[in-house]
Amino acid sequence: MDTPIADPAVIAVTPPRRGLLSPPNLRRWENFKANRRGYWSFWLFMLLFVLSMGAEFIANDRPIVASYKGEILFPVFVNYPEDKFGGFLAQTDYRSSFITDEINAHGWMLWPPIRYSYQTVNSNIPRSAPTPPFWLMSKDERCAAYPQKAADPECRLGNLNWLGTDDQARDVMARMIYGFRISVLFGLALTICSAIVGVTAGAVQGYFGGWTDLLLQRFIEIWSSMPVLYILLIIAAILPPGFFVLLGIMLLFSWVGFVGIVRAEFLRARNFEYVRAARALGVNNRTIMVRHLLPNAMVATLTFLPFILSGSITTLTSLDFLGFGMPPGSPSLGEMISQGKSNLQAPWLGLTAFFTMSIMLSLLIFVGEAVRDAFDPRKTFR
Amino acid sequence: MMTMEPLLSVRNLSVAFHQGGRTTTAVDGISFDIHKGEVLALVGESGSGKSVSANSILRLLPYPAASHPSGEILFKGVDLLKATDQQLRAVRGNDITMIFQEPMTSLNPLHSIEKQIGEILGLHQGLTGQAARGRILELLEQVGVRDAEKRLKAYPHELSGGQRQRVMIAMALANRPELLIADEPTTALDVTVQAQILQLLRDLKGQHGMSMLFITHDLGIVRKFADRVCVMTKGQIVETGPVEEVFTHPQHEYTRHLLAAEPRGEPPLADASKPVVMQGSDIRVWFPIKSGLMRKVVDHVKAVDGIDLTLRAGQTLGVVGESGSGKTTLGLALARLISSKGRISFVGRDIEAYSFTEMRPLRNQLQVVFQDPYGSLSPRMSVGDIVAEGLKVHEHGLTAGERDQRVCWALEEVGLDPLTRWRFPHEFSGGQRQRIAIARAMVLKPRFVMLDEPTSALDMSVQAQVVDLLRDLQRKHDLAYLFISHDLRVVKALANDLIVMRFGKVVEQGTAADVFRDPQHDYTRALLAAAFDIEAVPTAVIAH
Repeated sequence: MDTPIADPAVIAVTPPRRGLLSPPNLRRWENFKANRRGYWSFWLFMLLFVLSMGAEFIANDRPIVASYKGEILFPVFVNYPEDKFGGFLAQTDYRSSFITDEINAHGWMLWPPIRYSYQTVNSNIPRSAPTPPFWLMSKDERCAAYPQKAADPECRLGNLNWLGTDDQARDVMARMIYGFRISVLFGLALTICSAIVGVTAGAVQGYFGGWTDLLLQRFIEIWSSMPVLYILLIIAAILPPGFFVLLGIMLLFSWVGFVGIVRAEFLRARNFEYVRAARALGVNNRTIMVRHLLPNAMVATLTFLPFILSGSITTLTSLDFLGFGMPPGSPSLGEMISQGKSNLQAPWLGLTAFFTMSIMLSLLIFVGEAVRDAFDPRKTFR
Repeated sequence: MMTMEPLLSVRNLSVAFHQGGRTTTAVDGISFDIHKGEVLALVGESGSGKSVSANSILRLLPYPAASHPSGEILFKGVDLLKATDQQLRAVRGNDITMIFQEPMTSLNPLHSIEKQIGEILGLHQGLTGQAARGRILELLEQVGVRDAEKRLKAYPHELSGGQRQRVMIAMALANRPELLIADEPTTALDVTVQAQILQLLRDLKGQHGMSMLFITHDLGIVRKFADRVCVMTKGQIVETGPVEEVFTHPQHEYTRHLLAAEPRGEPPLADASKPVVMQGSDIRVWFPIKSGLMRKVVDHVKAVDGIDLTLRAGQTLGVVGESGSGKTTLGLALARLISSKGRISFVGRDIEAYSFTEMRPLRNQLQVVFQDPYGSLSPRMSVGDIVAEGLKVHEHGLTAGERDQRVCWALEEVGLDPLTRWRFPHEFSGGQRQRIAIARAMVLKPRFVMLDEPTSALDMSVQAQVVDLLRDLQRKHDLAYLFISHDLRVVKALANDLIVMRFGKVVEQGTAADVFRDPQHDYTRALLAAAFDIEAVPTAVIAH
């Protein structure tokens, strides 16, 4: 056989520019957009998520930028020791009047709109904690704890508690923002990790079948029939609480959810002709699984993701509520709910946590429904 | 001619589909009449709109995604397009009935045969219990289901394809319809079964004097079976007339194109001096049947049972047989895609004991082209990636540029524009996809290609083109083909050697010319009669 030579002019042509998405994905995106509720939920959720990622710039007990004696400082990023401003603490307390006066005398400060971080204790509360949101009190009352009463320049919007304080005089608004962030991040991390583990396990089972499938499937049946919440409680009581310990413990059980669909998808697709064709070409198993079979299973997996995400968030919140979750002091919605439960006279605690949770979960469910519709080939929208 | 009112009269019917804001016209202003006792055939290639037209008669399309911008369908003077749902239900299954293409999926798998047929009787005639049972037995006997009494309680999966189609026909005849719409009723069946089903439909038509709208892409059937024919393409009827007239004096260019579309040409000449590429002796593929607590092997399904063959360079060995005869299993065993017993020697090496890894270096010389061009191309890869996949496995030394060059060469070899290599499979027609699949095999410059029914999913005119392409490639590169097919017309145009298989065993083996001219075995004769003359033979020969 002679050496194959194709017309060089043809080869020189560069590939035509395709859009960002291949045609089937483009159609899915159109379908996703056609579900208005899901589409807007998606953007709203993304907005909230991006905002909460910058929580330090929205709610913090340090200024974002400060100028002191001609030097531009970034207290948001850098821990300046207090002796820089003539104090003695290892970390500067920018909220103390001594430091504030010192910096204002030699420069200026740019504060975030809310001057509390999630752990900052408000030392100027007018009543005993938990205090209500400022708009439930008269101007005189809300500034009662400041030295100059209502005339005090520090009794300003950024220093008032928009959603009140909890029973340790910490700002609820700040705790909500940080709590939202940690919930979503935890949910995302758990979802992604369990997707990786679950998809791998399902792929191996479905592709190889036979004994591999049988043994793993029996193991999963035993594993998934364990009383997950009780085991979580027991382990959480032994191991020191923390983000990654919790993530690890919950990952132990959450990956199982993905196995079923991925396994079914691989079992179905492994006998497709294009898979057989790839095998006839001598392509190895791993390449076949990744290149030819995984895309099939991804549709089912992606459809599942938003629902798993909301499930993960709920589990973390319930553990926090029971006191087995994040370490004390961390901003957590579950802890806020439990405070609301023990402080029924302070409904702003329970209501804030309730609305944050329900809005977050509803948005995720709406997005999930839209994703499901988008991947449904039989669904057509006008 | 128009001595009496037509039974069904379709006037200027159009069908449009809306999807994603776009409107496509599938059927564009067609008109035809069916008179009492007449068989009208609607022929055309896939996508011509013939099934859509038939389905709109009973309004079975997915409304409201489908709509009828114009037209009327008059059945005994009533416009079915404007009829209420109630009127329509009275017509469906009673005056007009339908048989569909896929007997595998058109019966409910959870209902017994008795229940399926009984449902229609109960619905339209109010027959239940003993009376219904009697009628069901009568119907089953009429459509030639043997041991009808025993079959009443059977479920669809216990019946063969042909038997299922008979049950479908029994259901369609249950209420003595005046019009039977048959939508490719034999396409999914083996040739011998097809001949029997057609014979049955012809007999039944004679007995009941019903009319038939027969939809098919097979001109052989039309010629044998229909009174008048409508040729459809791109949603329009381009020619109508009595069958004899249309076949002998086709007026429209498309009709002439269809008629000329039979696979033609001569197979390569047998040449015993050519080197042997593939040799198999006593090849067996037995699937164990396990039973009992310890999963003991009690018996085997002998899919391939002791087959010898020799295949030389530049020659084609055709393997023919009905579905279930083991011909594809034989091909897969030779390509070492399933395990088998018996010696397989490929280019002088005994490969029967090679593992998957040991086989890999040989895979580039031993390629496979599969039946379904829609299933064999990964929908998420571009054509270039699909063709280049084998090169990535077998020729690591190639740079990206050289690989691209080889891909372009392979696409040119199969008659495709190399510029198409950035497009995705769904943008191509069936014939083009099969060319891509052939290019994927050719790019590795194989010596042996197993072709597993490469033409059976394609339209007739495309089949002829693919056959020509395969023959050209063979001549150019001295390829050895193992050509597996149930379609004897295609085999005749390609193979110089022939194996006729049945139940995993060879029924007849020899040069193609000899077998076609003077078949020795009854079974071979039955196959030939069914394929070329659409003649049914006594069931004793082909039934199990």
